[in-house]
Amino acid sequence: MKPQNLMNPTSSSSLKSRFTTRFLRALSRINARKQFTSTSSPREIFQRYRRIKVAADKSMAYSVRSKRRWSRVMLSKLRSRSSSNSFSSVRLRRVKKSSATKTGHEKEAKIKSGGDQEEADELRELVPGGEAMDLCNLLDETAHYIKCLNTQVQVMRKIVDFYSP
Amino acid sequence: MSSRRSRSRQSGNSRITDDQITDLVSKLQQLIPELRGRRSDKVSASKVLQETCNYIRNLHREVDDLSDRLSELLASSDTDSDQAAIIRSLLM
Repeated sequence: MKPQNLMNPTSSSSLKSRFTTRFLRALSRINARKQFTSTSSPREIFQRYRRIKVAADKSMAYSVRSKRRWSRVMLSKLRSRSSSNSFSSVRLRRVKKSSATKTGHEKEAKIKSGGDQEEADELRELVPGGEAMDLCNLLDETAHYIKCLNTQVQVMRKIVDFYSP
Repeated sequence: MSSRRSRSRQSGNSRITDDQITDLVSKLQQLIPELRGRRSDKVSASKVLQETCNYIRNLHREVDDLSDRLSELLASSDTDSDQAAIIRSLLM
């Protein structure tokens, strides 16, 4: 068995520190843009919320870099989004089922009989880049994605606790 | 727990074996708090996938909520000076 956590450069502790540093830096930048009034309007707060959310996802995707398909897809979506500057969808979900994946699905249907197909498709919508993955990769990417989401939540919680009165 | 590593019994085309998928599904199961303690043969793959979707949605919602709270909290604080303290408390 190869040692996972300590030697692996993408182990959770280093991912956590990379994400934390990036995210805090982004928060500083966002905070620097605020108006000079002491109380923020609801619209400002909403804009800040949007920016923080994007910053959280961006920080996470950058911390993972291109090691994972989901982070690559997320990064390219974030980049194209910032250039077009459209805030249409919050979680950047695109349900596009190309014909190539259909044949892949049929193969999988033979392997996994039963009602798995619907859940797998649902999962595909939730994991960035999931639409074009076969089941094996999807499960693998999902596991990593969940680990990263957990880290994201953990760090954000700590930051909120730190700033809470 | 069966430890067989049999090759795929299907035609040579598909390189994805049943075992591989089962392994991945059970690995996923361990990550989901709802299903973590249970034996993998007692939880169907379909259930694992379903709970995974729910779990991811919950995490997304939680990130949204935390972003929201942060956006309100940041209104009255100076992040630069706090950064070192936060990093220390988070990583030590």
